[in-house]
Amino acid sequence: MGAYLIRRLLLMLVTLFGMSVLIFVMLRLVPGNITDIIFDSAGFVNPAAKKKIERQLGLDQPIVTQYVSWISGLARGDLGYAYVSEKPAIEEILPRIPVTAKLAVLALVFSVLFGVPLGVMSAVRQNTALDYLLRVISLSGLSLPSFWLGLLILMAFVHWFGWIPIYKSNTGSLWHDLALLSIPAAAVGFRSSALVMRLTRSSMLEVMRQDYIRTARAKGASEPAVNYDHALRNAVLPVVTIIGIEAAFLIGGLIVTETVFNIPGVARFLVEAIRWRDYPIVQNLVMFIAIVVVVTNFIVDMLYVVLDPRIKYEE
Amino acid sequence: MPLKRALGCVLVTAAICGSAVPALAQKSGGTLRIYHRDNLPSGSIHEEATISTVQPFMGVFNNLVIYDQQKKLNAPETIVPDLAESWAWDASKTKLTFKLRQGVKWHDGKPFTAKDVQCTWNKLTGKDNDDFRKNPRAIWWHNLKEVTVNGDHEVTFNLNRPQASFLSLFASGYTPVYPCHVSTKDMRTNPIGTGPFKFVEFKRGESVRFARNPDYWKKGQPYLDGIEWKVIENRSTRILAFVAGEFDMTFNADVTVPLLKDVTSQAPKAICELVPTYVSTNLIINPKAAPFNDPKIRKAMALTLDRKAYIDILSGGKADISGVMLPPPEGLWGMPPEELQKLPGYAADVEKSRAEARKIMESLGYSEAKPLKIKVSTRNIAIYRDPAVILIDQLKKIYIDGELEVIDTSIWHAKVTRGEYSVGLNLTGVGVDDPDVNLYENYSCNSERNLTQYCNKDLDALIDKQSQETDAGKRKQLVWEIERKLAEDLARPIIMYDRAATCWHPHLKGFVLHANSIYNNWRFEDVWLDK
Repeated sequence: MGAYLIRRLLLMLVTLFGMSVLIFVMLRLVPGNITDIIFDSAGFVNPAAKKKIERQLGLDQPIVTQYVSWISGLARGDLGYAYVSEKPAIEEILPRIPVTAKLAVLALVFSVLFGVPLGVMSAVRQNTALDYLLRVISLSGLSLPSFWLGLLILMAFVHWFGWIPIYKSNTGSLWHDLALLSIPAAAVGFRSSALVMRLTRSSMLEVMRQDYIRTARAKGASEPAVNYDHALRNAVLPVVTIIGIEAAFLIGGLIVTETVFNIPGVARFLVEAIRWRDYPIVQNLVMFIAIVVVVTNFIVDMLYVVLDPRIKYEE
Repeated sequence: MPLKRALGCVLVTAAICGSAVPALAQKSGGTLRIYHRDNLPSGSIHEEATISTVQPFMGVFNNLVIYDQQKKLNAPETIVPDLAESWAWDASKTKLTFKLRQGVKWHDGKPFTAKDVQCTWNKLTGKDNDDFRKNPRAIWWHNLKEVTVNGDHEVTFNLNRPQASFLSLFASGYTPVYPCHVSTKDMRTNPIGTGPFKFVEFKRGESVRFARNPDYWKKGQPYLDGIEWKVIENRSTRILAFVAGEFDMTFNADVTVPLLKDVTSQAPKAICELVPTYVSTNLIINPKAAPFNDPKIRKAMALTLDRKAYIDILSGGKADISGVMLPPPEGLWGMPPEELQKLPGYAADVEKSRAEARKIMESLGYSEAKPLKIKVSTRNIAIYRDPAVILIDQLKKIYIDGELEVIDTSIWHAKVTRGEYSVGLNLTGVGVDDPDVNLYENYSCNSERNLTQYCNKDLDALIDKQSQETDAGKRKQLVWEIERKLAEDLARPIIMYDRAATCWHPHLKGFVLHANSIYNNWRFEDVWLDK
């Protein structure tokens, strides 16, 4: 196990290094740079002034020098300066991470709390009215774009309550924060829960046809014990995988929701930074997301061992 | 149209006769909540050419003079003192001396002096070591020779030649006085002014906050404790938030004609005013790109424009057909409809014009079977794309087969400046309703913001001539002569001047929306909340 962990950690470092090169190169392949954009809000471009700004920002340096400068800074914990706000990038990124993290966790909790039990119910009551209803709901969760759902929720709140549940900073209480975030989290979690529900259902259906389930029933185990202790435990591995993938992709998936509900999180900020070609922000944020994905994958792999004793990561 | 003109006349009369807002007992306190439509580039008004910066930050500063915030029209008669208590021209009309207000302090406590004025204009004219990173209105001050100070409270602007509207340039929201002791870099991120509101905080993508300046030189003002701008990029969300009462006011001109119906039906008590934005939708043709170097093709393109169709489709018939200057009743210098119709491409009978255009195209070898294939470039924003699509449809009528090429919004100006387009659809905003601002900025050979790089030395001479003419009537005739010349040269055919609404809830008092500029009425020192 120890050797496996070391191998995994090394692999993670290699993956992150590859990601850093990819991010850096791809970002510079996009047409236009920050100087074009700085001048855009002035409605003209002055080539001499543009060159001067490029020099100030180090954009006139060879790309390898720029990469080494960024990566060595990153290793020292220096993320550089944001081009647009002219503030340290860390000051721009750090306050936004908890906002998105809270939203992502809530959305994930929503998807698991609804997706798993409803998936089990749907499988247990296969081909009943309840099963059909849950399948329609899950299908709608996968089909409805989250921005449309978000707007619909906002319209409904304004129409029925005369109040709009958009983000407010400094609400003063954690409970209020969570209540306000729970609405967009539900809008995002609805899609994930639909995915989890469908996967749980199909996985459960497969497991429930196994001999050991019949044996459990023959032994006189209660229906909930059969469904949850015997069936779900064996059906949960693919569900955990999909939850892991969803968790990793949630940050990207939150872009639209953060825009519609006006939440100042990292997802929306990343899109804006890409639009502004704010390289220090984009590079560091994408690296952060890459680390989240890599670590989540690692955690999911470790969870397999906990959930299924047959799995062993030995050489 | 007659009804619109009649309404305009009432508006003009009201504006000239006096204050548009009856005096009420103002209440102090409260925070004004406004949404912002996008992420503003910086807090330095002098470095930007966008309402996104001027609207929130104008309250931080003072000008030397300013357009009366309580009058709807910006005109020479509505210019009032600000940091300058008075001003006077010398006999040669080339020296303008301002007597400055005493006892005014910057937000950091340092005293305001004539040196600050000199410093600001030295930066604007490129004579200061700590110059602006970008200087979009440098052309405004091309006639300024130097600024001299006479003690701490008097400053003289020395011009190369007389300039009739020189004072108007100082009255714009784009012309604040900056402190000498604060670097241009700091002015972008942490601006210091003498104005009614102090800058508190700018959280990128989230909010901008300002607090009341307790030491403001206008005693008792401002009435508000502060202003909070919240950035909401999604238009549906922000309009819903305004309807729900989350905000006291919308962002300027954010409510389009179709949206206006929604807002007024969902918030029937909201006050919404539909005014010209002074942003023109215009056709840009690259005269250096073949075959558009042939004036005949450019003429044919101008003849196919059906401006009324644009206006009906895009603004429900509310926008205005115009030349370069904003048309009356709100515009002070624009041509009336009867004069406009005499310009090439403005005839009421569009089909007749198109028949003439087709003949031109046929003489050049194009036909329905052999159309001219082009790309119509535009910025990837709806307000650019939509008219570009109509343009493509109208070009088809004269054997021009256009394909829409949407350019990433961030590199639009860079591409146009480099001439990497043949035909484009562009939008141009004008800061002050004055010929000097519009003509020098967009059509003079030396302007960096002359996007098409149209250059006609005779026209430049004519622009200089109107600039020096002090008789307003004679000047208007010269401006119209320039309009005719620009239309003949197809310098940048103006398709329309759009209108859009700004809305606020009735508890917001003391605010007057200007009718002939969107850039000059955001001081907010007279605004109060009746809550």
